[in-house]
Amino acid sequence: MARKLLLTHIDVPGINTFEVYRQKGGYRAVEKALKTLSPDDVVEEVKKSGLRGRGGAGFPTGMKWSFLAKPEGVPRYLVCNGDESEPGTFKDRFLMTKIPHALIEGMIVSSYALGANTSYIYIRGEMMPQIRIVEQAIAEAKAAGFLGKNILGSGYDLEIYVQPGGGAYICGEETALLESLEGKRGNPRIKPPFPAVAGLYGCPTVVNNVESIAATVPIVNDGGEEYAKIGIERSTGTKLISASGNIVRPGVYEIELGLPVEEFIYSDDYCGGIANGKRLKAIVAGGSSVPILPTNLAMTTAKGEARLMTYESLADGGFVTGTAMGSGGFIAFDEDQCIVRNTWNFTRFYHHESCGQCSPCREGTGWMEKVLHKIEYGHGDISDIELLWDIQRKIDGNTICPLGDASAWPVASAIRHFRDEFEWHILNPRESQTRNFGLAHYADPLVPVV
Amino acid sequence: MAEEGKFKVTIDGIALDVAPGTTILNAARQIGGDIVPPAMCYYSKLEGSGGKCRTCLVKVSKGSEKDPRPMPKLVASCRTTVMDGMEVQNITSPDVVEARKGVVEMLLINHPLDCPVCDQAGECKLQDLGYEHGADQTRYEFERRTFERIDIGDKIQLHMNRCILCYRCVYVANQLTEGREHGVIHRGDHSEISTFIENALDNDFIGNVIDVCPVGALTDKTFRFKNRVWFTKPVEAHRDCPSCSGKVTLWYKGEEVLRVTGRKDEFNEVDEFICNTCRFDKKKTADWTLEEPTPVDKQSVINANHYENFAPPAVIKEDAKLQAANVEQLARVERLK
Amino acid sequence: MLSIQENMTVEFTPALLDSFADVVSRYPEGKQKSALLPILHLVQAEFGWLSIDAMDKVALFLRIKPIEVYEVASFYTMYFLQPKGKYVLEICRTGPCCLVGAERIMQHIENKLGVKEGDVTADGLFSWRGVECVAACGFGPVLQIGPEYTFYENLTEESIDSLIDDLKQKAKNQ
Repeated sequence: MARKLLLTHIDVPGINTFEVYRQKGGYRAVEKALKTLSPDDVVEEVKKSGLRGRGGAGFPTGMKWSFLAKPEGVPRYLVCNGDESEPGTFKDRFLMTKIPHALIEGMIVSSYALGANTSYIYIRGEMMPQIRIVEQAIAEAKAAGFLGKNILGSGYDLEIYVQPGGGAYICGEETALLESLEGKRGNPRIKPPFPAVAGLYGCPTVVNNVESIAATVPIVNDGGEEYAKIGIERSTGTKLISASGNIVRPGVYEIELGLPVEEFIYSDDYCGGIANGKRLKAIVAGGSSVPILPTNLAMTTAKGEARLMTYESLADGGFVTGTAMGSGGFIAFDEDQCIVRNTWNFTRFYHHESCGQCSPCREGTGWMEKVLHKIEYGHGDISDIELLWDIQRKIDGNTICPLGDASAWPVASAIRHFRDEFEWHILNPRESQTRNFGLAHYADPLVPVV
Repeated sequence: MAEEGKFKVTIDGIALDVAPGTTILNAARQIGGDIVPPAMCYYSKLEGSGGKCRTCLVKVSKGSEKDPRPMPKLVASCRTTVMDGMEVQNITSPDVVEARKGVVEMLLINHPLDCPVCDQAGECKLQDLGYEHGADQTRYEFERRTFERIDIGDKIQLHMNRCILCYRCVYVANQLTEGREHGVIHRGDHSEISTFIENALDNDFIGNVIDVCPVGALTDKTFRFKNRVWFTKPVEAHRDCPSCSGKVTLWYKGEEVLRVTGRKDEFNEVDEFICNTCRFDKKKTADWTLEEPTPVDKQSVINANHYENFAPPAVIKEDAKLQAANVEQLARVERLK
Repeated sequence: MLSIQENMTVEFTPALLDSFADVVSRYPEGKQKSALLPILHLVQAEFGWLSIDAMDKVALFLRIKPIEVYEVASFYTMYFLQPKGKYVLEICRTGPCCLVGAERIMQHIENKLGVKEGDVTADGLFSWRGVECVAACGFGPVLQIGPEYTFYENLTEESIDSLIDDLKQKAKNQ
């Protein structure tokens, strides 16, 4: 049975309350850290754990922490990124709903490590119920003496506040989030300076995902080395995967990194296979931004090895035959789904969410959406495929923040792997309005990769 | 090795020493000539500007002497500071040329191309950009985004269709006036410069938004449809003004002053911001002490031989090594002669 | 100018002003602008939408320029700059929900309410609109209703019908 670190007690009734969470061993990490470890010790444990940011970029958390500038007399901030908005991802919502104290405990430990005395949890505004839950958890922790002045007699002070967003995907980008937290439009900042030097209110700031912060609790409890024993290579520990789409059991699963993709999809412990007896056409492994893969490449890398749920294995083959772990938003598409329509849908999302600050993203996302809409509704021209390819290429890498790249990758990968479906759509404008293309020959899991 | 306390940077094969903290763009401007990246949103006199339009993207092929790794992506030269030993490619990098072409196309897909009726024509940086870096024709086949034309105050007209969202006018209002009344509302490609509610901009320095606007989005209503800029003759002048430096450019047609603007340098930036009184209310020669005709950029259409002349920067002529590094440019000059 | 068709004069009650002050206390001295997003949520929960007058009064309270409020309110999608129905049904229209029938559900809601996306029903009770991913992809199709953003998951035509009937009943009893 796979080990669980975050969701161990998820089914215990009342685990959302301080009392039950504490009975189950909660807040031990705070006691251990504040009483027996120095802030630098905590940073060291997180470094040893090999924990990588769970929000999407996968940057090593310990290293991010060690970049934090520490000028005398200047406050430092920890800001938790709970702006979960990447299509396909809903693990943070799940975590905050079911076991909010795991986040609060992680916030205390992490804030202590970074020397922050005020920390903010930025939660997207649509998650008003979760905001209430987390605020309640903060109040409970404070009443129990785990927050406030001189926590557990250690001399360490900490206040945590929840900040609601206003409805903008871009605020998941860390500098846009900081702008939003300062009461401004969510326009990403131009870097450098990075938040570690000048973040919230111009002070050194670390921004971490909800899951990354929660993961510091088992790391402090059991030690970084113990955490690093789970997983493969540089993909250590466990990861929450949000599974959605045409599968039997959608939901949030905690996996040990290294689980084969095939097992994740077909095992009854996880997705339980494809719903309604259909066959799998494609997957998006890490949220809508990462390249979509046809089934054959999802299961097996181009080298012929089994594809695993690790940062390295998912990225094997680069963007030509691989994809990325992203935020762990796993979306399965069955044989009845239309790749053109889905690509249009995703592109509409990025068009809608572009902040409009820099020109390639502001203009390019809308342009791609219009071209894809045209193809989807049977008015496409065969040259539109090349046009789309060129537009995405001119957005990718040329924008202020990664939203531009994120809008380009789904389009690029859809064309790369499902070009024949795009062509069929264009060449059969009427038929494409009444039926779907189905499985492409190379997307058939039964046909081996050439 | 760079001079004491300076960083050595090489841009398109031309090396120079600059003060630490200098951006790549400003280093390139010190060299001058073709290797200066175009900048549509950066404005050296407006703090925080830049980084948005992406026309000044360049390739950093060597990060620094200490860390020679190239930067993974093209970077905005206006917001990236030089490191000692940095090597930058602008017009010598096909990637940069291609990316810039893409940016120009993006900037133009929703731009109305109404140059024949636009007061900015002839001194529009988007025109220059399109001419120098753009494609022959657009591949965009959809309806362009449109907005209502509005007057913000009785002297300034906002023609949002033409706006490229450089944010310069927002910085002007933030940094030159006491209270900003306009800003960017909505988001994505619906973003617009607006006062949101009907509101006149009447601060004494707000007229500068006209000068900083790289396109014809913010224009001087007192000059509207009076004449094409290339038929007017710029003359430098000054007056004793209680609120600003009073140093301006008067734009003459015959004996008549058609408009007053700040004095602009070769990068289209004003030397000093001027007040509304100088700009809008002093349109008689008698109001001013005339200095001399404004030197006009050879690249400008206001100059008769526009687009034909290329002056190699002085620094190249002096140095055999630099000449070798710029063979192509120099050959072009020969061809054009 | 622009899309502003209506204004509405508002009065902030002492209780509401207290809750504003509580929000402001979360930030360091002089950083009260940080309170803007939370305060706009409070105002919208109270009045249903953000009128110009409401935004101007928020600006006054936070000692910032009105345009700073307009900029923010128009950037984020949760803030309504026009009056809406009492219940705004916001259905997720992004990929994962569409894989499991969100488009069919939106069509059903449009038929059932008899108004187009964004419009208000004649009785003033309902509006609906498609929104982008609300991070509940595993439970799709989903919809949310403000101001508390109550969630309704795994929607079917039947569950929509009973939800709308329940809301009508609820409004009648109020």
